[in-house]
Amino acid sequence: MRIRTAGVTAAFALTLLASACGGNDDTSTDASAKDSAQAGGTLTIWADDKRTAALKPFAEKFGKENGITVEVQAVSKDLQSNFVTASQSGKAPDIVVGAHDWIGNLVQNGAIDPVQLSSTQKSSLADIALKGVTYNGQIYGVPYAIENLALIRNTDLAPTAPATIEDLVSSGKKLKASGKTSEIMSLQVGENGDAYHIYPLYTSAGGSLFGVKDNGDYDAKDLGVAKTEATAAFEKIAKLGEKGEGALKRSITGDNAIATFTSKKAAYLVSGPWALTDIKAAGIKYEVTPVPGFAGGKAAQPFIGVQAFYVASKGTNKVAAQEFVTNYVTQVDLAKALYTAEPRPPALTKALEEVSATDADAKAFMEAGKNGAILPAIPEMSAIWDPFGKAEAAVIGGADPATAIPAAAKAISDAINK
Amino acid sequence: MSKRDSGAVETRPPRPEAASTHHRRSTSSRKSPRSSVGSTIVADSSTTTLGLIVKILALSMVTAVAIWAAFPLIDAKAWGWLAGEAVIVASVFFVYLRRPLPMKYLLPGTLFLLAFQVAPVIYTVSTAFTNFGDGHRGTKQEAITSIQTGSVKQVEGSTEYTLAVATRDSGELVFLLTDPDGQAFVGDADGLRKLGGATVDGGRVTAASGYTLLKLGQLSARNQEIGDLKVPTDNGAIIASGVTQAFEAKATRHYDPACDCVIDVETGTQWVADAETGSFVDASGERLPQGWKVNVGFDNLVSVATDPHISGPFVRTLIWNLGFALASTLGTFAIGLLCALAMHSDRVRGQKIYRALLILPYAMPSFAMLLVWRDMFNADFGLINRMLSLHVDWFGGPWTARAAAIAVQLWLGFPYMFLVSTGALQAIPKEMTEASQVDGATVWQAFRQVTLPLLLVALSPLLISSFSFNFNNFNAIYLTTEGAPFPADNTSVGATDLLITYTYRLAFGGAGAEYGFAAAVSIYIFTIVAVISAISFRRTRHQEEVYS
Repeated sequence: MRIRTAGVTAAFALTLLASACGGNDDTSTDASAKDSAQAGGTLTIWADDKRTAALKPFAEKFGKENGITVEVQAVSKDLQSNFVTASQSGKAPDIVVGAHDWIGNLVQNGAIDPVQLSSTQKSSLADIALKGVTYNGQIYGVPYAIENLALIRNTDLAPTAPATIEDLVSSGKKLKASGKTSEIMSLQVGENGDAYHIYPLYTSAGGSLFGVKDNGDYDAKDLGVAKTEATAAFEKIAKLGEKGEGALKRSITGDNAIATFTSKKAAYLVSGPWALTDIKAAGIKYEVTPVPGFAGGKAAQPFIGVQAFYVASKGTNKVAAQEFVTNYVTQVDLAKALYTAEPRPPALTKALEEVSATDADAKAFMEAGKNGAILPAIPEMSAIWDPFGKAEAAVIGGADPATAIPAAAKAISDAINK
Repeated sequence: MSKRDSGAVETRPPRPEAASTHHRRSTSSRKSPRSSVGSTIVADSSTTTLGLIVKILALSMVTAVAIWAAFPLIDAKAWGWLAGEAVIVASVFFVYLRRPLPMKYLLPGTLFLLAFQVAPVIYTVSTAFTNFGDGHRGTKQEAITSIQTGSVKQVEGSTEYTLAVATRDSGELVFLLTDPDGQAFVGDADGLRKLGGATVDGGRVTAASGYTLLKLGQLSARNQEIGDLKVPTDNGAIIASGVTQAFEAKATRHYDPACDCVIDVETGTQWVADAETGSFVDASGERLPQGWKVNVGFDNLVSVATDPHISGPFVRTLIWNLGFALASTLGTFAIGLLCALAMHSDRVRGQKIYRALLILPYAMPSFAMLLVWRDMFNADFGLINRMLSLHVDWFGGPWTARAAAIAVQLWLGFPYMFLVSTGALQAIPKEMTEASQVDGATVWQAFRQVTLPLLLVALSPLLISSFSFNFNNFNAIYLTTEGAPFPADNTSVGATDLLITYTYRLAFGGAGAEYGFAAAVSIYIFTIVAVISAISFRRTRHQEEVYS
C-alpha cells in the first residue's frame, strides 16, 4: 500500500513536472515574444511622487509618437539608493530623475552614463544648471530645474526687505516684542543642524567647504571647514544663536520651519521654492528676496541644486532613454509642466522666461541664487553633512565654536581619508 | 519601537476577550479534547484520497517552483546554488514519499531556518570580509566598462549630425546622417560615405533608395546594435545619442591588460589596478571613483576594534545602550504588569473598554508615533512643554534626552507587556493565590512569592527577547533624537546614541555606504547580544527548575 501510494504520487508529480516544464517553455517563448514587443516596448522612468504625476502625460505622449510604452514609476523613498541597488542587480530603470549631487555617487557605482548634448541644446540651458550636471568634465544628466534658498518675507508683517542679517534680526525682534510674531525668523536647524540651510550665512561670515580646482571642480583635498575662517564664521553665527540674539534655534526643524512661517509665528523664512505651495495655500502675502548676509561680510551664497534626468548605464532601452532625455526633456512644454507640479525654476532659459511672464517667484528665486555656489557633487560631500550640521547645532545651542568646529573638521577629514 | 516588530517574538498572548469572560477556570492549561481529534485527522490524511491529492499538488508545486527557480540559476551559471536546490527538492520528495514521520515536521522548519536565518547570517559574515560598498559594488570588468563609457567625449569642434537610423535590404543597420549644411551621409562599421539621392527634410533624411528608415519603436528591439554601431572617423567614431542625433566622439580612457592599468590618452596618466583595495590608483595616490569588490580579509573587523572613533566612546555608549535596553524592558514590563493585575481583578468594571484603551498605543504605527513624540518634546513648540508650562530643552541636555527616549519607549512598549502578562496571569490557577491567602499571606506576599515567580517562568524568554530587541532598537533613537545631543568636541557619538545608531552613521555617514564595514560592526553587536541572551537563558532555566 505504502509503496503503491508513493509510486502513484511520484507518477503524478512527474506528470505535473512535465507539464510544469511545458508551461515554463510557454512562458519563456512568451517572454521572448514579449521582449521583442517590449524592446520596442518599455521605457521605464523612476521619479519621486510629485514629478511622476507631472511626467505621466508627457511620457505617454512620447510613447505614442514613437510606438513604445513608457512607464513612469513613483519611488517615494530613497530613490537614489534604490536606484543604485537596482542597477547593481540588473533591474534598473532606463531613466532616473534626481538632484545633481547624486552624480558623484551614481558615477562611482557605474549606474549612469554621460549624455551627449548638441551645442544648440547646451546653449538653451542655464549655465549654472549645466555646470551642476558636469562631473569630471562630462555632462551626466539633462537638467530641467534649478533650486536654491531665498528669504521669503511676510509683506504684511515686514513690508521692506532687509539689506543685512542684522537688519532682519532687529526688525524680527521688534515684531516679536510687539507680539505680532513669536520668532525672529524661521531658519531650520534642528537638534542635529542643517548644513544646507546655514550655508548662506556661513559663506557670508567667510566660511567655505572645499577649495576649487583649476578646472572649476571642487577639491576634496582642500577642506574649508578645517580653516580658521570656518571657526570665525561660526563665531558670528553663534551671536545669532540661542545664547545670543535667539534668531537661530534648534527647536526650529525641517518639519516645523515652513509651518512656523505659514502660521505667522515668524515674518521671515529661509527656504526654497518647495515652500511656496504651502505658503500660497495659507494665503500669506509674501515676497522672495535673496538671503541677506552679515553687514560688511561677504555675499551670502545659497547652495544651488539642479534637478536632472539621467540615463541608466544598465537600462535595457538605452537608445529610447537617450532620445527621451536629450531631445524631449529639453522641450519647453515639459519644463513648464514640471514647474506647475512643483515650482522650481526651469533650467531651460526659454521656459524660465515664459514662466516668469506670469509668475514672479521663478525669477525672484533665480535672482536669489545669482551669487550661489553649486552644491558639490563629489562623493566626499556626503562626509560633510553630518559632522558639519552637528557642529552647527552645538554652536547655535551655545557651545564654543573653537572646540566644535575643529572637532567637526577632524571627523570630516577622517571620513574622507578612511 | 514596540515589541511587535521584533522577529524574535513569535509567541502570541491568548485573546484577551476570551480570557476576560471566565475567571475561575483553568482550561487553558488543560489539553482541549478537540485538538487531539484534529491531530488524528492530520495523521490519517496521507492515506485518504483527499490527502493524496493534496500531497500530489503540494509536491508538484514544489517541483514547479524549483524548475522556475532553476532557469535563472542556469543562466547565471550558479552551479553551487543549483546543486543546493536539487538537494532540497530531493530531500522534500524523500521525506514526504518515504515518510519517516518526525522528519515531515522538522523539514519545513529546517528549510525556513536555513533560508531566513542561516543564509542572511552567512551573507552578512561573508560581506564583512569584503570592501563591498559605494564605489566597490561590482566586478573589475564592470568598473572598467564604466570607466570607458564614462570617458566617451565629443571630439572638440567636430560636426554634429542629425541622425536617422535605417536598415539596408540585407537587414544591416546603418546611420543616415545629415550635417548642418544639409549634406547627407551614410555611416556603417566601414566608415562614412556621402549619400546621393536622399530626401532631406527639416535637416533629417526622410527617405533614401535602398534603405528602410526605422522608427524608435522598431529600433528599440535593436537597442544593443545601435549602441554598438560606431562609424570610424579620423579622430574617433560617430556614435548615436538617442535616435535623432549623432556625434563624433572618442573614449579618452581605456584599459590596457598589459600593464593592468587604465590609461588616459589625452594626459597619458596611468591608473594601476590595486587588487588589495579594488581600485585604480595613479602615481600620486589618486583613485578613480569606479572601483570593484575585493576580499579584504580581517581588515574590517580589525578596523572596528582599532578605530579610535569606535573604541574611544565604546564603553560609555555600551553602558547607556544596556541602560536603555534594561529600562525599556523592565519599565514596560512593570507598567504592563501593573495594568494587567488591575484588569485581572473581578471588581474592575468596563474591563473591555479599559483593555481596548490600553492596547491603543500598540495598535498605532510606531514609525508615525515616534515622529509625533519627537515633535511633542520640541523645546519651543512641543506639546509637553506647553501643557506643563515647562521650559525644558528636552533633546538639548544628555539626561533629559535620555529620559525622553525612554519615556517614548515605555509608552510604545507597555501594551505588549500588558497583553502577555494578562495571558500569563490567567494561566495561573486562582486556587494558588487563594491557598496562600488562607495561609495568612498578605496580597503583596502572595504576589511576590507566588504569582510573580510563576509569571516569570512564562515571561522570562519574552523579557530576554524584548531586551535584545531594545538593545538594537534603531528606530527608537534614529526617529526621535538621532543620537542628540552631541558634545561640542565630538560630533561622532551623541548622548542617546545606541551602538547600532552610532555605527550606522559610521558605516553610512562617510563618503558613501560601506556595507563591508557595517557587516563587521554587526558581527560585534551580535556577539554582545548573543552573550547577554545566552547568560540570561541559562539563568531562566535554573529558575524553571526551582519553580516548576
